[in-house]
Amino acid sequence: MSSVAGAHDAPHENAHGHTFGSFVSTYVFSLDHKIIGLQFLFSTLLWFLVGGLLALGIRWQLAYPWHDMPVIGRMLFAEQGGQISPEFYTMLFTMHATVMIFFVIIPILAGAFGNYLIPLMIGADDMAFPTLNMLSYWFMWPAFIAIGSSFFAPGNGAASGWTSYPPLSTMQTASPGSGPAQTLWLLGVTFVGISSMMGSVNYMTTIIQMRAPGMTMFRLPMTIWGMFITAVLQAFALPVLTAAGFMQLMDRVVGTGFFAPEALVVNNAAAVTGGGQPLLWQHLFWFYSHPAVYIMILPAMGMVSDIIACFSRKPLFGYKPMVYSISGIAGLGFIVWGHHMFVSGMNPVLGLTFMTSTMLIALPSAVKVFNWLGTIWGGNIQFTTPMLFALSFVSMFVIGGLSGIFMAATPVDIFIHDTYFIVAHFHYVLFAGTAMAVFGGIYFWFPKMFGRMMDERLGKVHFLLTFVFLNGTFFTMHILGAVGFPRRLADPYHYETFRHLLPMNRFMTWCAIGMVGTQIIFAFNFFYSMFFGRRVGRNPWGANSLEWAAPSPPGHGNFDFQPIVYRGPYEYGSPESDTDYYPQTQPPPTPGAHPVPSPAHS
Amino acid sequence: MTGHVAHHFDDAEQQFHAANLGMWIFLATEVMFFGSLFAAYTAYRYMFPEAFVAGSHSLDVVMGTINTAVLLLSSLFVALAVNAAATNRSRAAAGFLVGAIVMGVVFLGIKAVEYADKFAHNHVPGAHFQFHRESEGEHAVDGEHHVSVNESAIPGGDFQAGHNSPDRTLEKRVELFFSLYFAMTGLHALHMVIGVVLLGIVAYQAWRGAYSQTYFTPVEVSGLYWHFVDIVWVFLFPLLYLIR
Repeated sequence: MSSVAGAHDAPHENAHGHTFGSFVSTYVFSLDHKIIGLQFLFSTLLWFLVGGLLALGIRWQLAYPWHDMPVIGRMLFAEQGGQISPEFYTMLFTMHATVMIFFVIIPILAGAFGNYLIPLMIGADDMAFPTLNMLSYWFMWPAFIAIGSSFFAPGNGAASGWTSYPPLSTMQTASPGSGPAQTLWLLGVTFVGISSMMGSVNYMTTIIQMRAPGMTMFRLPMTIWGMFITAVLQAFALPVLTAAGFMQLMDRVVGTGFFAPEALVVNNAAAVTGGGQPLLWQHLFWFYSHPAVYIMILPAMGMVSDIIACFSRKPLFGYKPMVYSISGIAGLGFIVWGHHMFVSGMNPVLGLTFMTSTMLIALPSAVKVFNWLGTIWGGNIQFTTPMLFALSFVSMFVIGGLSGIFMAATPVDIFIHDTYFIVAHFHYVLFAGTAMAVFGGIYFWFPKMFGRMMDERLGKVHFLLTFVFLNGTFFTMHILGAVGFPRRLADPYHYETFRHLLPMNRFMTWCAIGMVGTQIIFAFNFFYSMFFGRRVGRNPWGANSLEWAAPSPPGHGNFDFQPIVYRGPYEYGSPESDTDYYPQTQPPPTPGAHPVPSPAHS
Repeated sequence: MTGHVAHHFDDAEQQFHAANLGMWIFLATEVMFFGSLFAAYTAYRYMFPEAFVAGSHSLDVVMGTINTAVLLLSSLFVALAVNAAATNRSRAAAGFLVGAIVMGVVFLGIKAVEYADKFAHNHVPGAHFQFHRESEGEHAVDGEHHVSVNESAIPGGDFQAGHNSPDRTLEKRVELFFSLYFAMTGLHALHMVIGVVLLGIVAYQAWRGAYSQTYFTPVEVSGLYWHFVDIVWVFLFPLLYLIR
């Protein structure tokens, strides 16, 4: 495998000085897409830890309601004997979702993997707008600071759900967290929005304009297609949330009445409002946040497609249908937002149209799943750690996708709305799906990022334990939801009907603790391998796409030669090649047969 | 000719196309941004037409019309600047850009006068908002439209007797109109301020002779931005001032 790759393996060091100034420009305010990608990766992994600990807080309360909560209970609720308040529980689930969505999943996919991989996989030196790229990372910091400091504001953080529904979110007196914490939350989300907007402008321009000679749009790896469509979604959906957030901010700070209803009374005080409509917020919010669901999974689908094709040693089954189905999911994603609002008081006729359009998404999603299965079918499967994570993505996505159809059907949704069934559904898509793909992606591209392999044995242990614990935590949620166990309630056992579910909740909580604990193995493996992992050459997996033709790690400007692309990225087992892979840059055996491609932009 | 091509671009043409495309995508995000405000306007106008009419009558159509003309004139200057830069007349481009900047500042000045008037009449949303029927004279508001909304039973409501009279209800809804007015024109004005700064930098560079037939990307992309901001106003003007 390394015989071909080894020929290029000259040590390639990034030339930089040792003064403080050059350290700052190389690693802090870097314009290099790879450094910016790693900055996103480390920041988001750190927030992943915060989000995970917030989740454990939720789980603790559900398993041991009103018991002394470890650590936090003593710190914040000493006078109640460590027993948290219901409002604190509300804050926990609000901030868990906020951190996981805005600071982990979206920036780790687009920010970390998008930044690192797009120029490498299309054969460019860098992004089209390096300064804008740097700003897109540094605009995350005001958001980090706003959300981070909201934990120290009254109420310990915003507490109106990650959906920030009015009137809870617009009335300063609605809950302890509705004061400064909610304002900071809105500011934080706005800055995330600006950051993502900058990123998406950059990604689209780069992918359209900066491709290497011969890299046609239909020779792009699926990862890049995922990133491209995601950037389109971000560009067209996110400004709506930014505008809605601005209006809500004005409601809170200036006293306008965009979203607060007429004659509203909160905590025995008349609110100063006009004839605003809470429903308008829900429409605007979900117009962004439903496409955001696809922003959170399409890049993962792309990465999984690349990993599965590589370790099945077979061409990706149905490349163009895969591209069209991603586009189809994205297009439909814009017209289905109302399925979050079936019980909001929206016109039921509208509910029917949203139900139909939502169910249509099952078609392109099924195309993707069958194509992944077709890729694996009859392949020479290598069960490496990235492959295990990718396979678990496919199987878990089937569960998460099918449970989505339940929610899409209005009559069923009315029954299971705001129960643990929906919690089960989106955790299957976002954790069992996207987070597993992210782990797979880290194991897969780690050798490119750091020039060393992660430990395979630890990786497999990490995979196995995570897989078992996540199903222990999330599969049981379907059962809870089917019997009506409500989400967002600090003590469901207050109701007699739900008391018998306590043992199951305890089991789930211990699985969740196990799942978070398992990530210690990952963290150890990550940092240990960064410094002591086995050194590898350019192409340790024998993959075809362009990034594997660059040095590991690539230096400034990425390629030490002008990459010219002769074919798509999935030519595994081609009879034209001696090896079972056939890199995109390898010239064909008969030179005259294919003309030398010209640059993509000309 | 290659001096201004950044290292990661192959040639000036690729850089020009990339910058242009980037600006167009950014403007698409801006369309969605203002689009959600227009959506809010549409929803509330549909619900409270009489309040929007009343609010609109307190705006000064003359000032709005002058501002529209000023802004269209500034767009003409920008278009001339792009043409001048592309035909190797960098200094002339600088002159046209200064003309556009002056027009932009005049627009903001007139807008400031209008805002000051609104502050003076307590038409700014918030705790001190006031709106009296006499300021919207001729069109009587039919009473039946209000009755339906005021019945919302409020617990412990000794306060609503005085507060939720039809006049009070209309006042709150007119406040909603002014919320939209200030949000939309305020964000537009913010974009104008950014545009003035942007054109100022480009004008300075143009004066130094930085642009020519082979390189006028900054004039082109900041011009695109300016035209966009102009077009937003072309939609805001009829919605806020004319439809009444």
